[in-house]
Amino acid sequence: MDTEITLRVDGAAHPLTVDTRTTLLDALRERLRNTSPKKGCDHGQCGACTVLLDGRRVNSCLVLAVTVGDAEVTTSNGLATDGQPHPLHRSFVRRDAFQCGYCTPGQICSAAGVLEEARAGWPSAVTADLTAAVELTDTEIRERMSGNLCRCAAYAHIVPAVADVAAAEGVRR
Amino acid sequence: MTTIDRVLGAGIERIDGPAKVRGSAPYAFEQDPGEPITHLALVQSTINRGRITRLDPSAAEATPGVLAVLTPANAPRLSGELTADLPVLQSLDVHYQGQVVAAVVAETSEIARAAVGGVRVEYAAEEPDVTLRADRPDLYAPAQVMAGFATDSVIGDVDGALSTAAVTVDATYETPAQHNNPIEMHTSMARWDGDSLTLWDANQGPHTIQRDLMTAFGLTAGQVRVISPYVGGGFGSKAFAHPHQILAAMAARVVGRTVVLELTRQQMFSLVGHRTPTIQRVRLGADSEGRLTAISHEVVEHTARIAEFAEQTATATRVMYAAPHRRTTHRLARLDVPPPTIMRAPGETPGMFALESAMDELAHTLGIDPVELRIRNEPPRDPERDVPWSSRSLVECLRTGAERFGWAGRDLRPGVRTDGRWLVGTGVAAATYPSRRRKADCRISVDGRGRYLVEIDGSDIGTGTWTALTQIAADALHVGLGEVELRIGDSRLPFAGGAGGSTGLASWGSAVVLTARQLRARLESLGGQPPPDGLTVDGGVPGPSPHAEQYSMHSFGAHFVEVRVDADTGEVRVPRATSVYAAGTIANATTARSQFLGGFCMGLSMALHEESLQDEHFGHFVNHDLAGYHIATNADVGEIDISWLDEEDPWVNELGLKGIGEIGIVGAAAAVANGYWHATGRRIRDLPLTPDKFFR
Ligand code: FES
Ligand code: FES
Repeated sequence: MDTEITLRVDGAAHPLTVDTRTTLLDALRERLRNTSPKKGCDHGQCGACTVLLDGRRVNSCLVLAVTVGDAEVTTSNGLATDGQPHPLHRSFVRRDAFQCGYCTPGQICSAAGVLEEARAGWPSAVTADLTAAVELTDTEIRERMSGNLCRCAAYAHIVPAVADVAAAEGVRR
Repeated sequence: MTTIDRVLGAGIERIDGPAKVRGSAPYAFEQDPGEPITHLALVQSTINRGRITRLDPSAAEATPGVLAVLTPANAPRLSGELTADLPVLQSLDVHYQGQVVAAVVAETSEIARAAVGGVRVEYAAEEPDVTLRADRPDLYAPAQVMAGFATDSVIGDVDGALSTAAVTVDATYETPAQHNNPIEMHTSMARWDGDSLTLWDANQGPHTIQRDLMTAFGLTAGQVRVISPYVGGGFGSKAFAHPHQILAAMAARVVGRTVVLELTRQQMFSLVGHRTPTIQRVRLGADSEGRLTAISHEVVEHTARIAEFAEQTATATRVMYAAPHRRTTHRLARLDVPPPTIMRAPGETPGMFALESAMDELAHTLGIDPVELRIRNEPPRDPERDVPWSSRSLVECLRTGAERFGWAGRDLRPGVRTDGRWLVGTGVAAATYPSRRRKADCRISVDGRGRYLVEIDGSDIGTGTWTALTQIAADALHVGLGEVELRIGDSRLPFAGGAGGSTGLASWGSAVVLTARQLRARLESLGGQPPPDGLTVDGGVPGPSPHAEQYSMHSFGAHFVEVRVDADTGEVRVPRATSVYAAGTIANATTARSQFLGGFCMGLSMALHEESLQDEHFGHFVNHDLAGYHIATNADVGEIDISWLDEEDPWVNELGLKGIGEIGIVGAAAAVANGYWHATGRRIRDLPLTPDKFFR
């Protein structure tokens, strides 16, 4: 069954027709041809499709497009402002935190989500003190970024790429 | 012409980096075919072996939005020259579970996927034969193994030498089937214009895919264009054509529209190949000083009933260590499995797990440090071909790695170090990979303003080709990086072999260097200035290095790891590792580090997690997605120290560059298993090192 929706993506509103079965990922990639988020499994197992939904990271392959409503969808491409790359874009390139680049927009959206979660004081499975402010140590970054698979295995470069921005933003010493 | 500093070797940031981080570099499906895209979804066999007895597509055909259902009854006929699993939808016979038996084209992906359920298929199933065992009576010796290596090699009297050796090791090692699983799923988007086909495709070499499409549809090179500027990983599974490329083209022809086929992750476990499981018996004989007198490495592995793929698993054993008496063999079982294919360092990866584990066992038996044991068996020449090395720096890699890791003073005893509930150990293993050059053509043009265009059908599957090849070109042309525009990833560009076998940059780079030399000579003859309407030169390399017969050409490396095993749960952690490589010239220090790191971590992943489990009765790969087939994730990877030696090799190719795509994975799993043994005293000879194995 088709239905009319409006998706707000990277600051612009897009009226479009979707099947009620259409995922947010397919709405972006197949209908709007916004291919910044990638498809690596379609089952919530790899993280390549990660986008921010009102600032929180989600696997867009697990979200039905008709449920998005007027939430703001942000892709990695949308993290750039006024044509200027986001600090995570710069740090991922500087640290060579990818090879094929296919998992990368998802890694970057996820990292943006991690920074926000740390600022908000959300603990992770490896946080020792649940009452203290969260600091994004290497161990914290590894844990929090583990929902994003990288078959090129750039992990050891992803950690410093996220850490650089975390330090600049005050969630890491 | 101005003289500028060489940019080769510099750690220049990826040229394609800014586009990739934003997600704007267009991978296969993300390119614009110039018209609306229709979607193809697959119906796959649910049996392993037998025949389709009834196939009723009517419910699917009646679904609104469905454009066509392709079946063996109505699919276009393909050339009879196609082999293995490529003659898709050409017969009612079923050879493996997951074989494509029908395909649905629809206006949207949702409609196509749902309509798959409307294709009814019935089968006459036969009992499949899928279990690999070393005592199968039907094992056979293939005519040769992959990459043109001899099936067996026998020198001297191995059995005699083993029977008189002061010390022996006799052990059998097993590696499971594994799947490449690049994160970009295999995808092909096809469009026909009259009798000409364009395929936007995820592959490791457009010319390779073009060749099979030409065969399939009886087309000329001018009628088939394969475009692949950005590819989301491959690791071997995207090297050769698989059924999906042919299906996409076939469906596009039937419906007269652009069709995309994105395989699902699950489909990638049957339709794009896998690494064969192996059973490897290694026997070593040595004198009391640890000098090897005999090496025997006998490999049993599988292939598909419909295709012979003979992985060259024991070939690394032919070059690693000196010993007067030596034997390597490969035997295959033909099973009802999908065709295996190449996966990162096919041969060396499983083979060196066995050999380097056996060397560790020998070191323990002798009470000799495993680094020292390897150094004592360093061969001055290639021990089987009896030719000199073009360069070989294994001993230096071992010594440098030991130094960087802090190996000195290591207690040889296993199972004696604890840290709370963790058992702690360290392990070492060596690595090697052949260095080869392949045919590659190249075209370089300069316009009247001194801007250079370099065209060659190379690939960047994450390997850094966009950047490293631009550096090579800039140096060879004696100009700055900004003056060179590179074009790769398109079968219309001059011929080159794909990214595979660590031959990419060695071949493409050599072609670029030689073509650039020709262009510069022409320019000099014209007084150093390009003519106003520019100049174009075609060049390249014809094939292997002319010195390949006289020298044995290989890169080498050494891995050192710390392994911790939780005595309560059996969980295995690798908190730190050191790898040192000697691979000739390094074209880009930044992207090379990522190549080495990625290779090593894939070996770590193989050691800890990777195993495609086959159901013995039904034959399919049971854990066929990323929730069931585990690969290393961020939290699995600790501190990894990657470095390389300065090594000059004048013989391998024009750049002295040995290729680095595979060596990182070779030996990595053995280092981890050796460290596991040192931590726990338990020798695990069958990968992966899952927690249950600690308790058996
Ligand atoms: S595509 Fe959504 S998690 Fe893999
Ligand atoms: S960069 Fe290739 S999968 Fe992460």
